[in-house]
Amino acid sequence: MAKHIQVKDLDIYYDEFLAVQGVSMTIEPRSVTALIGPSGCGKSTFLRSLNRMHELVPKAKVEGQVAINGRDIYGNNVDPVDIRSEIGMVFQRPNPFPTMSIYENVAAGIRLTGARMKRSEIDDLVERSLRSANLWNEVKDRLHKPGGGISGGQQQRLCIARAIAVDPAVLLMDEPCSALDPISTQAIEDLINDLKPDYTIVIVTHNMQQAARVSDTTGFFNLADVGQPGRLIEMDTTAKIFSAPREQATEDYITGRFG
Amino acid sequence: MPLSETPSAVARPRPRAGDRVFAGLSTGAGLLILVVLAGVAAFLLVEAWPALTAPPEEVPGGRGVALYVWPLLFGTALSAVFALLIAAPLAVTIALFVTYYAPRALAQGLGYLIDLLAAVPSIIYGLWGFTVLAPATVGPSGWLADNLGFVPLFAGPVSATGRTMLVAILVLAVMILPIITAVVREAFRQVPRLHEEAAHALGATRWEMLRMAVLPFGRSAVIGASMLGLGRALGETMAVTIVLSVSGGVTVNLISSGNPSTIAADIALQFPESTGLAVNTLIASGLVLFAVTFAVNMAARTVINRRSEFSGAN
Repeated sequence: MAKHIQVKDLDIYYDEFLAVQGVSMTIEPRSVTALIGPSGCGKSTFLRSLNRMHELVPKAKVEGQVAINGRDIYGNNVDPVDIRSEIGMVFQRPNPFPTMSIYENVAAGIRLTGARMKRSEIDDLVERSLRSANLWNEVKDRLHKPGGGISGGQQQRLCIARAIAVDPAVLLMDEPCSALDPISTQAIEDLINDLKPDYTIVIVTHNMQQAARVSDTTGFFNLADVGQPGRLIEMDTTAKIFSAPREQATEDYITGRFG
Repeated sequence: MPLSETPSAVARPRPRAGDRVFAGLSTGAGLLILVVLAGVAAFLLVEAWPALTAPPEEVPGGRGVALYVWPLLFGTALSAVFALLIAAPLAVTIALFVTYYAPRALAQGLGYLIDLLAAVPSIIYGLWGFTVLAPATVGPSGWLADNLGFVPLFAGPVSATGRTMLVAILVLAVMILPIITAVVREAFRQVPRLHEEAAHALGATRWEMLRMAVLPFGRSAVIGASMLGLGRALGETMAVTIVLSVSGGVTVNLISSGNPSTIAADIALQFPESTGLAVNTLIASGLVLFAVTFAVNMAARTVINRRSEFSGAN
């Protein structure tokens, strides 16, 4: 169930430090949105504000509005735990729970929801999620082996399977391929394409080719100087951003003149 | 000329002097441990042998070594196991509080305090148990006997001095609490942020995150720390000697005055007055203690290894 995300005038702080300023954007459902920009420009911080992970950092806070299908996730009486359970997240480095088996990793999110499910239903869901993550064939014979015992690329796909097992509205990916080799990266990119019809995907990437390959829309973040807040400079269809950006900074960045 | 030889015979570079010296030193240190351990075991065996082979009536107590050691072994195990049952869950809770719940400033202070407590000599705990804790338990013990008397542990009659097994257990628990807490806390601090974030991102509450990512990761450390604590409780001499009023019976009644002694406390009390076969008997009881601690450690190791695949060490 893909959902629509509307961000309005978002300011993101670490304590007193304004890290990201004044971001407004619309993210369409069933599409892939890439966020690019130089290191430290706040794109990861922004991503983490979309599922309220940002505030896990002590003293971090967010001002502004993020609405998912019209519901403000920073509204009063909204429990961040509920928000996080409705939004899947994949991190820079694969982080399956090493103390759990592959099977238990995928089932981890379901166990959290407290839903009463029969053993066979969970089996089905684990298989379905692993199939969706293009991992089933590689791990079906060792579902009960540790989640940390497979290759890095497989671990990352396991993390994606874990994230989609709970049927999230949105899938956030924070540089999901930065720790992977090219072949594993290819596998993840193929997977992103496969998942697009069912999810709203937002991906932060350092790799501009990757943004060009996988995304429909691209947002470029930049910061004026060190110590200044990051801003969303420009956002448009990926084709437009990579062929005829409106802003000079965007063009400089994508042509490799800085960053 | 080495270069003209077959290409597969690559000449290994000679190890440098520093490398060789260090390798030798660390190998030596490793061997030393084995030698010391073997030496202790041999000493205990040799010195215990006369008591083990002596006719039963010549051993103190007149009924052989096994019957001499049995009540002591029982007392040792009873006090140590109960102390661990109290201390381990408490230590894990404290460690969780310090690493995940306490405000940073408080956590730091608490951390220092715990390390400090671990360094308090056991005789201090013994004196505290004797002068403060023992008298203080007399009242509550009476309540336990009146209301929970049907539980064999609290059968009574209540000791008037309070120098009971219960107090020994509590003192031991307090003694081993800091060391378990310190080790477990250190392990919890090593939990990768990535795993905590994975749990949070799935929609885990704080407690669910701890259960999903932190506790399983710290599992082997909890077992290891508990064994460390158990080892200390099994071998603790001074505190128990001071606190416990001994009558030698084998009973699980924790609040009466009919308490079994422990091996270590018994050795401390009897040794100065013993000669000949009595000394050998005490050493035989020491051998039993040695074997028990050894077995406990082996058991802990097996438990940890059985799930080492899932330890998170990969």
